[in-house]
Amino acid sequence: MKIGIPRALLYYYYIPLWRTFFEALGLELVISRPTTKTILESGLRHTGDDVCLPVRVAFGHIIDLKDRVDVLFLPRLVSIARREYICPKFLGFPDMVRQGISGLPPLIEADLNLYRRDSLYPFFSALGRNFTSNRFAIYLACRRAQQVQARYIQLLENGFFPEEARAALSGGTGEEQREPARGWPRVAVIGHPYNIYDPYISMNLLSRLARSGVHVCTADNLPETLVREHAARLPKHLFWSLGQRMIGAAWHYLQRPDVDGIIHVASFACGPDSLTGELISREVKRRGKPFLNLTLDEHSAEAGVVTRLEAFLDMMRRRPLLQVGGNGR
Amino acid sequence: MKVTFPHMGHMWICLSAMLEYLGVNVVVPPPTSKRTLTLGARHAPEFACLPLKLNLGNFMEAAEQGADTILMAGGCGPCRFGYYAQVEHAILEDLGYNYRLVVLEPPRKHIGELLSKIKYITGHNSWREVIKGIYFGYQKARMVDDLEKQAHFLRPREVQRGSTDRAFKRALQEVIAARDPQDLPKVREKVRRIMGAVAVKPRPVLRVGIVGEIFTLLEPFVNYDLERKLGYLGVETDRSIYLSEWINDHLFLGLVRGQRSRKEACRAAAPYLNHFVGGHGQETVGSAVIYARQGYDGVIQLLPFTCMPEIVAHSVLPGISNELGIPVLSITVDEQSGEAGLVTRLEAFVDLLARRKGVVVQ
Repeated sequence: MKIGIPRALLYYYYIPLWRTFFEALGLELVISRPTTKTILESGLRHTGDDVCLPVRVAFGHIIDLKDRVDVLFLPRLVSIARREYICPKFLGFPDMVRQGISGLPPLIEADLNLYRRDSLYPFFSALGRNFTSNRFAIYLACRRAQQVQARYIQLLENGFFPEEARAALSGGTGEEQREPARGWPRVAVIGHPYNIYDPYISMNLLSRLARSGVHVCTADNLPETLVREHAARLPKHLFWSLGQRMIGAAWHYLQRPDVDGIIHVASFACGPDSLTGELISREVKRRGKPFLNLTLDEHSAEAGVVTRLEAFLDMMRRRPLLQVGGNGR
Repeated sequence: MKVTFPHMGHMWICLSAMLEYLGVNVVVPPPTSKRTLTLGARHAPEFACLPLKLNLGNFMEAAEQGADTILMAGGCGPCRFGYYAQVEHAILEDLGYNYRLVVLEPPRKHIGELLSKIKYITGHNSWREVIKGIYFGYQKARMVDDLEKQAHFLRPREVQRGSTDRAFKRALQEVIAARDPQDLPKVREKVRRIMGAVAVKPRPVLRVGIVGEIFTLLEPFVNYDLERKLGYLGVETDRSIYLSEWINDHLFLGLVRGQRSRKEACRAAAPYLNHFVGGHGQETVGSAVIYARQGYDGVIQLLPFTCMPEIVAHSVLPGISNELGIPVLSITVDEQSGEAGLVTRLEAFVDLLARRKGVVVQ
């Protein structure tokens, strides 16, 4: 049986988890093709104007999949950490898809809700029962999936990007250390995984930076505990998991003298970003680190982004020269 | 200590009644205006939703009148409102305002967190007095809501155009003027007489249910007095959220009987929207279903630009419109909205409804 998984939203975090689990149950995975203009445009056609870009892209990926698979994996990601949510659109995503796209294959649905409990098992057991009545097989698949996921997270924390980490996982041992990244200046790219790791949506932001000699790091290269420690400085517990990660990472990188600048990537009309981005940029202003705020939408033109990136990099490269001659300002 | 709070329609009547009953020094911000919006939009994040910008404007205007403490509600997400107070406070601080912030919200660890905040605001009053004060505020909210409901009924049927609005304004003044819970029965009687004096004649009207995000529903400045405009177009309206219902649902946990509850709406939302999505997203969907079942002629959804829960609802509503055969109009508002555009869309929508029903209105 072929199960389809859209290459969108939290795919970039969770694909090793999904892949291991479903393959352990003997399913064949079909992942939608990398985002293209066609995929984006079909997503745009099936969603309202004020829906945010990542969700519209996800619609495109589901349309790309729907005629090629037997079932479609569409979990409702309610909460992935205690007393936190992801965003209202994740909560309503399966319903939006059902209303917006016709001719869907059967959906494999389950609520992933860690708001009040820590165990993923109830979620996986609900998923697994669609395919087998063997509870032991489901249990083993769930355990195996979580082990692989833990290794994936470890790889990310070692400085890998999702693409490289996945290659390392499937390439056998998965324990190889990444060659320590070099380059100057060192720039932290802070943004939702589905924006910064999707090369079409981010217009190759990460590889473009790497090519121009920049040492890039992201929020996912930091351990969860460290990120949460920094986010705990907020006046109130932030109830968006992705926002926690972004704020915590931004504040950590702000403190680090070896990080020369921060790029904040948001998508047009992203609700949580409008507030977390504001808190980040206010903190950055107080501390005076170079900061670039990139807002992406379906109309973003590559040339405009490139120009702004170049200007930003030039500014960072010239800063040390200024500081030698003047008083640091 | 001079306490202020953000505007949301007639909420200030209920809140200031409650606080003044408890002897708290209250500064009601000037009514939300173009200036409020300009101030707020200038300093708030660009993609923040409209209520945040207006709140911010309210606080800046209240500071001009000497307010030094903000009383706000909070929440635990996933709607952005839960983080409003903190972001607004950070912005005000950077602008040099010296506000103390008191956020009433579900406590994270212990109920004492909430109680101590209430105590901070209400000072020396006993808990018995505090509860009496809260109930006084609730009763006022309920009277205002009843007035609004009557006005919605009268407006499309009034003989002399504008007579409902005049009566409503006078009645509202009576409610505002009540200082003590003991006066309320008298005020209720007086108000009934005022509203009863509006002359009406039976004529065919259209019925439209208005659903959506609570702030845009309750604040006439934001929705350009939508209900009044519809009333003059010969439409009787009902709204999915009234302030007193919200208070009953969220503060009294539904203790007061005989009021509509959000639970019904949430149940009715299945199978279109099977999970809560924060804010009033599920209520919006469920109320639209209920209005369709009750035989309303149309539904209007109101939402601020980029409102996350309402965008989910917005994506689901076309399916309801098709399956249950009820026209739905979604209206997005932000600081760029214009009144003329809204009027045109409303007129077109009402024409469509009238033609579908085969009646001539006004």
